[in-house]
Amino acid sequence: MSEDVYVIGTDMIRFGRFEDATPPRLAAKAALMALDDCGLSIRDVQAVYSGNCTETMVGQRTLQLIGQTGVPVVNVTNACATGATAFREAWIAIKAGLYDIVLAVGSEKMGKGMLVPKNSGGTPIPSEGLAGSNTMPAVFAQMGMEHSRAYGTTFEQFARVSVKNHHHSTLNPKAMYQKETPLEEVMGSEMMAYPITKLMCSVNVDGSAAAVLCSARKARELGLTGRAVRVRGSGLASDPFSERNLVQADVNTVTRLAARTAYEMASVGPQDVDLVELHDCFATAEICHYENLGLCGEGEGGRFLDSGATTLGGKVPVNMSGGLLSKGHPLGATGIANIYEIVTHLRGEAGARQVEGARIGMTHVVGLGSACAVHILEKV
Amino acid sequence: MSAEIQALKPVMPYLGQADDGTPYLIGSRCDACGQTHLGRFENCPRCTARGKLTEIHLSEKGVLYNYTIVYRSLPGVTVPFISAVVDLDGGGTVKGNLLDVDPSPEAIRFGMPVKMVFREADTAVAGGEGYVSHFFVPAN
Repeated sequence: MSEDVYVIGTDMIRFGRFEDATPPRLAAKAALMALDDCGLSIRDVQAVYSGNCTETMVGQRTLQLIGQTGVPVVNVTNACATGATAFREAWIAIKAGLYDIVLAVGSEKMGKGMLVPKNSGGTPIPSEGLAGSNTMPAVFAQMGMEHSRAYGTTFEQFARVSVKNHHHSTLNPKAMYQKETPLEEVMGSEMMAYPITKLMCSVNVDGSAAAVLCSARKARELGLTGRAVRVRGSGLASDPFSERNLVQADVNTVTRLAARTAYEMASVGPQDVDLVELHDCFATAEICHYENLGLCGEGEGGRFLDSGATTLGGKVPVNMSGGLLSKGHPLGATGIANIYEIVTHLRGEAGARQVEGARIGMTHVVGLGSACAVHILEKV
Repeated sequence: MSAEIQALKPVMPYLGQADDGTPYLIGSRCDACGQTHLGRFENCPRCTARGKLTEIHLSEKGVLYNYTIVYRSLPGVTVPFISAVVDLDGGGTVKGNLLDVDPSPEAIRFGMPVKMVFREADTAVAGGEGYVSHFFVPAN
């Protein structure tokens, strides 16, 4: 395969709610932070891939705030996989040999409340609550119930995912929430769609994250390999046909497909992965994704969580950042914020939450509709 | 089927109406791979066959594959309700509200037999007058 691609600079803003923020302003902050992280200027960037789910031309409007250099800008949208898709496109552009230094940036200004897909079914009146539910909590509640049906996974096990990720977030100064959230509190909060309570839903926050990608040759030339992280595998998949997918969104099959692609490209297996940031948009999803990503055997997700394997100090810590459940989930930024988290650990710069000796990390996001992106990153 | 129901317009695009207005579930069966899909398709999303799909009526009986109990929905929607995913006898899967069952995990059983009923939509959502939709109730 062609030349290696490195992440040489990356950063994210602390996620939160910012009344006056716009996606370009959020993106501009993260972009400059990522450039500062590697000591480069926007003048060094040869192309920009900008991820955002709600507005148009965010990439160009970002450059209007930090420097209109005239480089190609591509605006990317791919639901919750938007940021990771922008990152992957930046990687592809360098792989293709067109550029040496490319910026990937993701941003989102979120509204409040539940996400409900637009009326894409074209029904004369809204169908929500009439023919079942399509709210995100309901969709991911059903994902959990399907796991319960097959393996007996309990409400309490799903709730423990939220306890764990909130615990991890107490060590992450960039997370929206940084407080312990005991099991009774998680299980006792408002029930949204059984078995998902309010504290088992990702947090709607505003945020941005960015990464500067660079060809290995150029990174050596610039003397920037010291903190560089290699992109060892990248998988992007759309939802392949599965039996009930068009009625009950299936994010398992698409995840397995993207993960297989990434593992094969990286020539590694799940046993080689030291830590994972995966798409815990709802607590139920995390347990299913343990299995989808091959971290444990089929049906063992609940026990894998209970064993402490995915907690800091365990075999393969998952969502050290606090995950979407506690760090927050600004849709277009999430995929790159995950990259930031993994890179920070591989560099040995994660402070109190550092996974000791981490050499290989994985990121995973899945956008309903569906798109799944998996990246495998390695310390250079 | 009452004349009132037959006079109503279906909400979901996969609900058809017979000449007398009786609603039914539209399905498509692929002559190439045998897969049954809910709704009308020109080409098969499973096997990619083009123009091999035959329109059929899906069964109104099936079993509960999956569900959630929805406590928080959009304004104007009556909660709680059971959002059910039903595997139909003879093929096809459809989502709908499961009625006449206590909305608690203890009262709902995976695999329980259910049948479809058609009712006016305003019993479930605000603004549903004049429309008919499909619902499930326990069979037997």
